[in-house]
Amino acid sequence: MAKSIDVTDLDIYYGDFKAVEDVNVTIPAKQVTAFIGPSGCGKSTFLRALNRMHEVIPGAYVDGKVLVDGQDLYAVEVDPVAVRRQVGMVFQRPNPFPTMSIYENVIAGMRLNNKKMKKSEADDVVESALRAADLWGEVNERLARPGSGLSGGQQQRLCIARAIAVQPQVLLMDEPCSALDPISTSAIEDLIHELKANYTIVIVTHNMQQAARVSDDTAFFNLVGTGKPGRLIEFGETRKIFSNPDEKATEDYISGRFG
Amino acid sequence: MTPPTQTLKQRPGADGPRGSGPLNTQDQALHTRTLPRFAPLGLLAAATAVSVGISLALGWNRAAMVVVAAILYLVAINLVSRSVENGRRATDRTVTGLVTIAFLIALLPLTTLLYTVLSNGLGALSGEFFSASMRNIIGEGGGIYHAIWGTLIVTGLATLMSVPIGVFTAIYLVEYGKGALARWITFLVDVMTGIPSIVAGLFAYALFVLFLGPGVRSGFGGAVALSVLMVPVVVRATEEMLKLVPNELREASYALGVPRWRTIVKVVLRTASAGIATGVTLAVARVIGETAPLLVIAGSTDSVNFNPFDGRMATLPVFTFYAYSEPGVPAEFSVERAWGAALVLILIVLVLNLIARLISRAYSPKTGR
Amino acid sequence: MADSSNELTRPVKRLGDRIFSGTALGAGVLILVTLAGVGLFLTIEGLPGFTADSSATQPADNFVGLAGPLVFGTVLSATLALMLAVPLAVGVALFISHYAPRRLSQGLGYLVDLLAAVPSVVYGLWGIIFLAPKLVPIYRWLENNVGWIPFFSGPTLASGRNMATVAVVLAVMILPIITAICREIFLQTPTLHEEAALALGATRWEMIRMAVFPYGRSGIVSAAMLGLGRALGETLAVTLVLSPAILYSFNFIGAQNPSTIASNIALQFPEASGLEVSVLIATGLVLFLITFVVNFAARAVVNRRSEFSGAN
Ligand SMILES: Nc1ncnc2c1ncn2[C@@H]1O[C@H](COP(=O)(O)OP(=O)(O)OP(=O)(O)O)[C@@H](O)[C@H]1O
Ligand SMILES: [Mg+2]
Repeated sequence: MAKSIDVTDLDIYYGDFKAVEDVNVTIPAKQVTAFIGPSGCGKSTFLRALNRMHEVIPGAYVDGKVLVDGQDLYAVEVDPVAVRRQVGMVFQRPNPFPTMSIYENVIAGMRLNNKKMKKSEADDVVESALRAADLWGEVNERLARPGSGLSGGQQQRLCIARAIAVQPQVLLMDEPCSALDPISTSAIEDLIHELKANYTIVIVTHNMQQAARVSDDTAFFNLVGTGKPGRLIEFGETRKIFSNPDEKATEDYISGRFG
Repeated sequence: MTPPTQTLKQRPGADGPRGSGPLNTQDQALHTRTLPRFAPLGLLAAATAVSVGISLALGWNRAAMVVVAAILYLVAINLVSRSVENGRRATDRTVTGLVTIAFLIALLPLTTLLYTVLSNGLGALSGEFFSASMRNIIGEGGGIYHAIWGTLIVTGLATLMSVPIGVFTAIYLVEYGKGALARWITFLVDVMTGIPSIVAGLFAYALFVLFLGPGVRSGFGGAVALSVLMVPVVVRATEEMLKLVPNELREASYALGVPRWRTIVKVVLRTASAGIATGVTLAVARVIGETAPLLVIAGSTDSVNFNPFDGRMATLPVFTFYAYSEPGVPAEFSVERAWGAALVLILIVLVLNLIARLISRAYSPKTGR
Repeated sequence: MADSSNELTRPVKRLGDRIFSGTALGAGVLILVTLAGVGLFLTIEGLPGFTADSSATQPADNFVGLAGPLVFGTVLSATLALMLAVPLAVGVALFISHYAPRRLSQGLGYLVDLLAAVPSVVYGLWGIIFLAPKLVPIYRWLENNVGWIPFFSGPTLASGRNMATVAVVLAVMILPIITAICREIFLQTPTLHEEAALALGATRWEMIRMAVFPYGRSGIVSAAMLGLGRALGETLAVTLVLSPAILYSFNFIGAQNPSTIASNIALQFPEASGLEVSVLIATGLVLFLITFVVNFAARAVVNRRSEFSGAN
């Protein structure tokens, strides 16, 4: 059920300010794609354009096409709410709902949409999502406790469980490990490995080793000049990008001679 | 202006009595003469003793005694500090004394008010006081049954009207509003906050006169007047609470494919609910004691009236006012009832405030359930 | 999950969203309408009052003769209250924000807030029964020793029900709101400024003068004006405490005291009929305008301040 994403001629704006320009890329299905690049080059902006979260910000809009399995996400008749059900998202800082228990957090996607479920059905969803997020063993004794009572790494895995409980086809992650310690980070990286069997995954990271470890493909974004919009400089297999990139800027960035 | 060494010398004075005392006896540059920690207390004791002496000798009352003691203390601490330390520290210590006195003065009204109301009102409380109206009562007996019902009905109706309007307006301002309309509404909510309560009463009167003719009185009119006072409070409190809900939670909900309105209802309002409940409770506490608007539009009566749409309705504050200002003959029974009603009113307001604090404490973030 | 691409298409704006945002907008607009209503209905009902003859404006000959002294009394009592309350409120706020031990300060704040919760009719009773008799010896002393100052020419009534007592009661009533705002502002003083002052070797008081007051000045001004707005509109405490008259007088401790607009309405309205009602509503309109101007000015100061600190 995972799908590829085809982006053509995408420009992204915040009001008058053009943040990202002219992106053309195909993100393959059932693979992990990493976005790397210096701060402010538009990685998060681009990522949020892939599930129409970008337009939540007042005045923000995009110009161009994003096709998921041939369907343009930005076509007029498309409902952004439905898009977000198919393209899930995990944020930089873990953000479980503070008023909900661990259990309620996992099925928040259904509960908030008033989807009727039998208790046993809900139990199954919770268990399988928590198992998929590698959290079941740690929390199955205390599902009724508040989600905000978990450690940072556990909270982030809870957020991943919450995102996959609605069975999206694509999972977007914006620096999911930047607020976590090395052990939690490695737990999440392992998880990403397992998840790619079923999901198309896109991850933004500032950590080169992490990009090299978890991703199959890598996209390098950069600013061509101050005040100019960010651009996609190079896209390719991670192995190639990290060993023998086509562009000088990519090589400079990866080898740390830049920014 | 000040040479550097002297600047260093003054350093201990910076954080007041807690930091006083020689910092370092070895280092002469840092060593400065300071009053011992007990000096202020000692001087205060001395000033009090002198003041008591003078008062006994001259036959002054207690109030004068306290005032004289305070003045003596301020003068003494200034002079002593000036001679032992220096002028700047003397000023500092005097101001500390003044500020503390200001706080103690501010506590006086609260304590004397509670004391006055308790001592005058306690005697009025009885079973009859809570269960009887004033119908056919002259002189002794009777109670506030009708006024309690009136207050409950009027305040309840006002709350039923104000909370939806206030909460939805706050939602509009925080979640949807932008541009000129939102600015206008914000501005007018500010204006509404400043409407004098009697003007709110006149407004309700002017409104109802148009439909029901001159001399109109009704409990519902009182509720409308109270709503005018309550809505801005609810809007402000709710707005504050909605703004405290982190954007990340809204985004987390959107990212799960939840429509905006469901996100607002089930995530934003749910997260802010304790704060909103606190705000609403405080708003109720504020309007439940309002007298002026009810005097104008709800009027007063001696009997129970359960129908807010028909005729005068007694309420606790208005009852208190008339029982005191128009007691009839003999006055003593009515005046006692006034104090009793004032006590009940104050207790209600205090309990509401306490509930508000408890709600906000019980559901303050992170504790979870 | 169905794989059909139609899954994504729905009406662009959902019904639920439209109903909900419409309701929110409606509530906001209702407030606009209500305020317009307040102005409109008061004007409709009050208009005849402005031109009423002496039959409806007793004891004065015409509207101006009645409203003038009332406006005078309103402004005078509120101003006196403000002069008493502001220095005290600043002191209390400072005590809570900078002098009291950190752990206590929140609780002390609640204590002062409780003062704001007391209903005004109770303040009135307290003022008349407890406070006024306690102040009489002071009035006597003032009358006997500085009676040549017109403010204190007396004669002092044994009941103590005069303008000075009203001012004290009003001051107590507006103390909490002024204190609360000042306290917030003092607590917001950037720690950096405070520490900079301390690092220069300032004493605590010098630090407050150098860092806290300059930062909070406009806040204090607007807090005072909001307090003034409250004092102008306060009704019951004045009604109960004052023995009222319609006149101009700067004698704070005399037997004849200028009444206030709100207090006059509360006293007269229950018995009024016909044109008298219009006259009272017209005075209410005047009160509304005065408080509007004061509050407006206070907001303007607050807003200027927030722009200012935003730039920093
Ligand atoms: N809400 C916003 N409104 C206006 N401009 C924004 C907004 N968010 C981001 N930008 C601008 O868009 C550009 C891209 O920002 P973005 O957050 O996408 O960068 P990023 O690559 O994710 O950086 P980082 O690595 O630091 O997270 C920046 O110039 C930023 O200032
Ligand atoms: Mg980013």
